[in-house]
Formats: sequence, C-alpha cells, structure tokens
Amino acid sequence: MSQDIQTTVKLNVEGLSLNSASLWNITRRRLFRRKSAIVGMVILAILVFIALTAQWLAPYDPVKSMLDVKDYAGRAQKRLPPCIHAFGCPEEQTQHILGLDGNIRDEFSRLLYGARLSLLIGLSTVSFAIVIGTVLGALSGYFGGWVDNTVMRVMDVLLAFPSLLLAIAIVTVLGPGLQNALLAIGIVSIPAYARVVRASVLSVREMEFVSATRALGGDTMQILFRRILPNALTPLIVQGTLGIATAILDAAALSFLGLGAQPPTPEWGAMLGAERNQVFTAPHLVFFPGIAIALTVLSFNLLGDGLRDALDPRLAHLS
Amino acid sequence: MTTYILRRILLSIPVLFGILFATFTLGRLIPGDPCRAILGEKATDAVCNEFIHRHGLDKPILVQFGYYVNEIAHGDFGRSFRFSKPVTELLIERLPITVELSFAALIVSLVVGVPLGILSAVKHNTWVDVITMLWANTGVSMPVFWLGLMLAYIFALALKDTPFQLPPSGRLSPGLITVPFYEIWNLELTPGTTTFTVLNFFSRMNILNGLLSTDFKLVKDAAIHLILPALALATIPMALIARMARSAMLEVLGQDYIRTARAKGLTQRVVVLKHAFRNALLPLVTVIGLSLGSLLGGAVLTETVFNLSGVGRILYEAITARDYGIVQAFTVVIAVFFVVLNLLVDISYAYLDPRIRLN
Repeated sequence: MSQDIQTTVKLNVEGLSLNSASLWNITRRRLFRRKSAIVGMVILAILVFIALTAQWLAPYDPVKSMLDVKDYAGRAQKRLPPCIHAFGCPEEQTQHILGLDGNIRDEFSRLLYGARLSLLIGLSTVSFAIVIGTVLGALSGYFGGWVDNTVMRVMDVLLAFPSLLLAIAIVTVLGPGLQNALLAIGIVSIPAYARVVRASVLSVREMEFVSATRALGGDTMQILFRRILPNALTPLIVQGTLGIATAILDAAALSFLGLGAQPPTPEWGAMLGAERNQVFTAPHLVFFPGIAIALTVLSFNLLGDGLRDALDPRLAHLS
Repeated sequence: MTTYILRRILLSIPVLFGILFATFTLGRLIPGDPCRAILGEKATDAVCNEFIHRHGLDKPILVQFGYYVNEIAHGDFGRSFRFSKPVTELLIERLPITVELSFAALIVSLVVGVPLGILSAVKHNTWVDVITMLWANTGVSMPVFWLGLMLAYIFALALKDTPFQLPPSGRLSPGLITVPFYEIWNLELTPGTTTFTVLNFFSRMNILNGLLSTDFKLVKDAAIHLILPALALATIPMALIARMARSAMLEVLGQDYIRTARAKGLTQRVVVLKHAFRNALLPLVTVIGLSLGSLLGGAVLTETVFNLSGVGRILYEAITARDYGIVQAFTVVIAVFFVVLNLLVDISYAYLDPRIRLN
C-alpha cells in the first residue's frame, strides 16, 4: 500500500515537471521513444528527399520514351525486365534498375517522380479538407442551433457514402483528371475534420478562459481563432497525418481506375492501372509502384499512430 | 430498448433523404448529353427531343426529384439506358455477387483479425505482438488493387501446378452450369412475384445456392474462385480489426476486476475470453461498422481486378457510359445498405452496453 502511494506521489511530481516543458518538446521526446514512429519518420524523410531531388536522381526522363532518347545505347524493348549490371545483367545492355514500361520508359525514373506527386496529393487534399472542415466544424460548434444542425446533417450525408464510392461519383460529375480527383478526395474527407474540430470547440466553449476573453471585450473571431481553435490542434494533427495516408490510397485507387492522373503522368496508381493486364508477363511493372504506394502510406500511418500516442495526455505517465 | 431503436430509425430518415437528394443532384450534374451518350453522336435533334420528353428530363429539376423519390418509394429504380432493362433487374443480378464477396471478406477479417488482436494483447510486448502489429500496419497500408494483382500472380502463376494453385478471375470454372436451388426443389414459381425475386436473388450467390441444392462440386468450385478476391478485400478490415481488438483488450486487461478475476484463481482462458473480451467488444463493433464502408468501396476495386461482374464493377462501367439510371440507383442502394448496417451497429451497441440505451 505504502509502495503504491509512493509511486503515485512520484508520478505526480514527474507530471509537474513535464508540464513545465512545452507541449512540442514533450511530444518530440515521446515520439522519438517509439520505434515504429521512428521507422515512419525515416521512410518519410527518404521519400521527401527523393521527391525534392527526383530530377537529379532519376537516370532518365519520366515521360519520354527511350526511343526518343539521344545516343541510347541499349536495344529499346517494351516491358523489359529489370537489368542491373551488378547482378549479372550483360554489360552491352543499358542498365534499367526496374526495367522499362509498356511505353518504353524507364520505370525507376517514373517511380522517383511519382514520390513527388504522391506527397503533393496527400498534402494538398488534406490541407484543403482541414481548412474547410475546420471552418465548418468551428462555426457548427461555436454557434450551435440551426447552423450546427444544418452543417452536421450535411456531414452525416457525406459520411453515409463509402468514401471511395462518393469520390468516384464526384469525379464522374467533374470529369476525370488528377485535379478533379484531388478535389473529390478533399470533399470526401471534410466530415472527419469538421467533427474533430466541432468536438474540441464544444469541449472548451464554456470554459472560463473563453468567458474571460469575452468579458475583456474580445470579438467572436478572436475568441474562436485565438482561444478556442488552438485546442483543436492536436487532434487535427493526428487526424491529418492519418488522413494523408488515406488520401494517397484513394487517389491511387482513382488513378488505377482511370479517373485520376492521366497518362503520361508518372503517378503510381495510374502506372499500376496501365499495366494491370500485364501482371503475368511483366510483374515488375505492377510490383514496384504498389510497393511505393504501400511504403508511403505506411510511413504516414506509423507517424500518425506515433503522434496520437505522443500527444495523448492520458498516456503522459508512460513517458 | 424499443424506444431507443425507434428513435435511432427516425434519426436516419433525414440522412436517407439527404442521400437521395445528393445522388439525384450528382446524377443530374454529370456533364454531357444523356441522349447522345445513349443513342450515339449521330442522333438527330428530333429524336433527342422525343427521348428527353419520354424520360421526363425536360421537367423542372425539383419536379424530377419528386418523381424520383416517388418511384424509389415504389421500388422502381428506372431503366438502364444502356442495358435497356429495369435497374431493379440488374440489381438482382449483380448485387448478390458483391454481397457474397463482401460477406466472405468480412468473415475472413473477423475470424483472423479478432483472435490475432486478442493474442497480441495477451502476449503484449513479446515477439508475437510485434510481428502481429507490424503485419497489421502493413495491411492497412496496402492498396487493395495491388494486393489483388499480386495474389493473382502468386497463386495463379508462381504456384501453378502445385496444390495451392487458385484461379485469378471469374466466379466458376468454364463449363460449370448453375441451376437455381428452387428449380431443384421443384418449387412452382411465377417470375415477377416477390417470392421469386427474393429466391432468385439468393440463388445467385453460388456458394449458398450450391449448399441449398446440395451440389458440393459447385460449392467447392465457387469457394475456390472466391478465396483470392475475398482475401484481397479482407486485408484492410482484418488489420483494422486486429489493431482495435488489441487496444481494446489491452485497456480492459489493465483494469481492477481482471486482477480480481485472476486473484480468484480463474484460468487465463476464462479471464481473457469471458471477463475481458466481452468488455472489449464495444470498440470492436465500431470498427466493424467502419470496415463495412471500406469493404463496399474496396469491392469496386476487387471486382475490377478479378473480373467479377458485381455492383462495384457495373457502377464503374455505368459511370464511364453516363448511364444515369444505374449510377443513381446503385449509389443509393449502396449508401442505404451502409446506413442500415450502421443502424444495426448502433443497435448492437445498445444491446452490448446498457448505459447507451438508458441515456
């Protein structure tokens, strides 16, 4: 029993000392203590590096066919399997680490450029959804009443559709293309953020520091954006990181179906979709883009899970 | 309990109405001229005017919506322009394929996901836990269509001529004919009656039909064809379920009453399955409800990869052909299906947790 009390006291003291550090310091410390989060960050760092330096890393142009490359030594052949000199591929053949695709383009170069596109897709759709979702959720939570009812019922309807199907339906209306696919995925992800923000707003709306700001003459905008919304930041960060993973998967699916990125854009889902009937004859053209998608999504999932645990105050005693 | 269920049903009516309005609007916003999309670019204006008038496309949009709701309330989903037959007929043909596939995938994900999650929680922080969670994290990150293609490659090509060889597409081996079970039972049915429609619907699920007509060759063949698509479709929900089962179990296993149960000398088995698992069910049911959405969405991709002519596949084809009727009807049916499933999930909450129904 006395042991228990001692531990409790000790924990409380630690809790106090933790509170003196900033939220970001604590979060960073806790995040780096989780192996899976570190794995996620490492993969992500590599991907960002590839995305930023694709034009120097890629041995060939991602959209130009080998037939159009000047002084191309090797015999250009459709869907050439990977050829790596170090692994016994004959020297007279030009090296293509991941082979050539159906349009005689270097698969490896396309894959590298695809990283740029995938990260952009994830970031842009989620930023769009967060901005709209935050505004809707904040208005809904702060004003309540009919505003709340209208907004949340619309969100309910959006949530009533399986997200990929709704995205497909929206792309049909807007017309196929990468931009429209991104817009569709953005729209589909709004409800998640609106709900998160609304819940946070509701939980702090009646708190004393908010009333204090109001008493001091703060206007609605100031109360909402300076006092209330910062409280919604942590759940938004977690939801956003995990949301990027879903957005990348959905965008790849739309492109795979031919509704997203159009040829010759080096988008992983589109690359996979273009060669899906060749899976038995040229499996490398299906295998590598899929691995790339899975790794990217995995990195955001691991980081998101890590952030959730690191930002969760209920788990504070574990660090 | 009854009041709770009734209130819950009433609350979903506005959502259903919203779904109808959303699909109706989406259907009408589709760019392009439905007449020329159906009848071809060469259709003359006179032909098109007649076509538009016949399908009520010249009425004000709200009147069209009114017609639409009225028709759906009568179970009439209109005609498919492209197949020129009632959409309801197409639904009865195609929906069983998707239902069979999703159901198989749900069973796989539950049967594998739940025990793995429990095992992972009981063996917390051991290599079993680490490997399971590594696998679960990878599982939620894989694109369904890629996984499907890879499974097809492995089981149809790499394992060819081994006992593990599996067919990469289709629902039955060529040459195998199915006879609806009601014909084998010698039931006298008139096409067009509700009984006929319902039995016809169920007879299109090959495994169920095979079981009911005790044709086990058919059951085996259908099951073999279903394994790969079901596995591909099941992976994401399986991983989600395993993760949720683990975290729910971990939370419950740390509570005092579990310590009490152990102190009473109950066996590990009883503590885990009887005391802990029951209380871990609630969050698990939530995840199962959420997984249904990814199952239905994933069905579009899985059906494309494995050449199954289910609802997802036809929906995609209808979109590219601008077949308004099918797009609207199928989106409505899938969304309504989803709402009803979520309603059932909510009701099962109340059943599992008395605090909810008393509130």
